[in-house]
Amino acid sequence: MMDLPLWASVPASLLLILGGAITLMGSAGLLRFDRFYSRMHAPTLGNTLGVASVALASILVSSALENRPVFHEIFLTLFLVITSPVTAILLMQASLQRDKDKAAEE
Amino acid sequence: MSTVLLWASTFALGCFALAFGCAALRLLRGPSSRDRVLALDTMYINAMMLILVLGIKYGSTLYFDIALLIALFGFVGSAAMAKFLLKGEVIEP
Repeated sequence: MMDLPLWASVPASLLLILGGAITLMGSAGLLRFDRFYSRMHAPTLGNTLGVASVALASILVSSALENRPVFHEIFLTLFLVITSPVTAILLMQASLQRDKDKAAEE
Repeated sequence: MSTVLLWASTFALGCFALAFGCAALRLLRGPSSRDRVLALDTMYINAMMLILVLGIKYGSTLYFDIALLIALFGFVGSAAMAKFLLKGEVIEP
């Protein structure tokens, strides 16, 4: 971080602040909601917008450092966009089945 | 000039550390096992973003590979644990 131009450092800083605040909100929601199905949706805020803004800031900084467009951080966003719903669907199916089993026992 | 980026990355690091702490607290006191799996899923995403911001702060591209590996193994781990909660075994015969 020696001499970044202003067009890269200011948007990257704004994106970092946005990503940090959004992720903190999502994880605080994970801690504070009182039902599992409410808790399920809170961290997805960080999984989508948080990761996208941090990856965009990283793209800006590394492009400005190397004086050419660098886009490999986009793979991280793409990978998380593909894998995060898979985990969410599996976990939600497991949770629904456990609720069903518990209701059948009573 | 780049002091603004330094302060923003420090702020983001603090936010991610707090978010990691929230997820760890939920992991410790989650009422059921599905809460713990969800908290672990959140924790690996937070750790991945922490390492990405460290890479921005130190101006190195090495951290990106670590973040990619964390994302990969974290997905495999949470998918396996969710599958275990669903069926009782990870790989069905």
